[in-house]
Amino acid sequence: MNAPKNILLMSRRAPYGSSAARDLLDIALTCSVFEQSVALLLLDDGVLQLLTNQDPQVIQQKNLNSLQSSLSLYDIEQIYVDADALTHHGIRHSELHLPVTLLNKVEISQLIANSDVVLTV
Amino acid sequence: MTSLHTLNQAPSNASLMQSCLSSLQPDDTLLLIEDGVYWLLDTHRAKFPIALNIKALRLDAQARGLLPLVPEVDLIEMDEFVHLSVTHDKIVSWF
Amino acid sequence: MIFTVVVHASPCQNAAPESALRFCKALLSAGHTLHRVFFYRDGVFNGNQLISSPPDELNTMRAWQALAEEHSIDLVICIAAAIRRGVLDSTEAKRYEQNQTNLAEKFNLSGLGQLVEACILSDRVITFGGQG
Repeated sequence: MNAPKNILLMSRRAPYGSSAARDLLDIALTCSVFEQSVALLLLDDGVLQLLTNQDPQVIQQKNLNSLQSSLSLYDIEQIYVDADALTHHGIRHSELHLPVTLLNKVEISQLIANSDVVLTV
Repeated sequence: MTSLHTLNQAPSNASLMQSCLSSLQPDDTLLLIEDGVYWLLDTHRAKFPIALNIKALRLDAQARGLLPLVPEVDLIEMDEFVHLSVTHDKIVSWF
Repeated sequence: MIFTVVVHASPCQNAAPESALRFCKALLSAGHTLHRVFFYRDGVFNGNQLISSPPDELNTMRAWQALAEEHSIDLVICIAAAIRRGVLDSTEAKRYEQNQTNLAEKFNLSGLGQLVEACILSDRVITFGGQG
């Protein structure tokens, strides 16, 4: 068996307008099943995936928040958020659904540099 | 570890380029493909840091009528695209 | 070097699949190995056998088939994404009680595990995607 890789999953898309957020989580859960080290990086509109109080049943969509809550059961704890994107949208850290690590631009650049594989959704 | 970044969206998608540029490390390369090649037009290019390693796919530039408008030195063929993905440790796609 | 190529976009509306095809051909010409092409999201439409292109345009699905034929490439379509979009082989058509199939020959339906496995086994993974 090959050594586990550091796989970084990156998204800059808002949820519900497209399937990107859900498709990203599907990859994350699969990485975990294969016992790879997986990290999520949410940039730009991607930070909106983590807003709390989502109620998408009214548009016949599944609630992302519940899927996000299951990430820790799969040992996916590395969730990184672009701090500038939060500021851009005027959202506070406390308004996010999961415990996340805020990163500045330099830290984001280092996170990408230190990953073995980067997958974008 | 170094990264080859590819970007395939036209300049109206400025925030995509902004996020890509801020994630570049000094030894990284930015390769413009598909509609990303329009970023090579002088007016857009002026916004890039001078030290940036930037290339564009010749096929995509040629197809879009850009050959007379962009510096020859920045254009690469498909085999060089493959070569860049070998000489960098990974590929990061911005789309 | 071992490559895996990931395609996220439909060949009918996006340049990404054709870029991916050209990249695959170039890496094979350079003597590298293509472990797998994985089609995710709208990329699954690349395996729709019923796509008919005008005679003077490239039929991307057939171009993938030709590449697979010539180089024994593993063309894998994400099964969950394919079922949502109606790209079915006979097993899935039966399972979902559909009376038609349209998965092109040389393409196989399989899970996201094939993407993760490819990431583990490949030296380089490159994604060709589109907006949306």
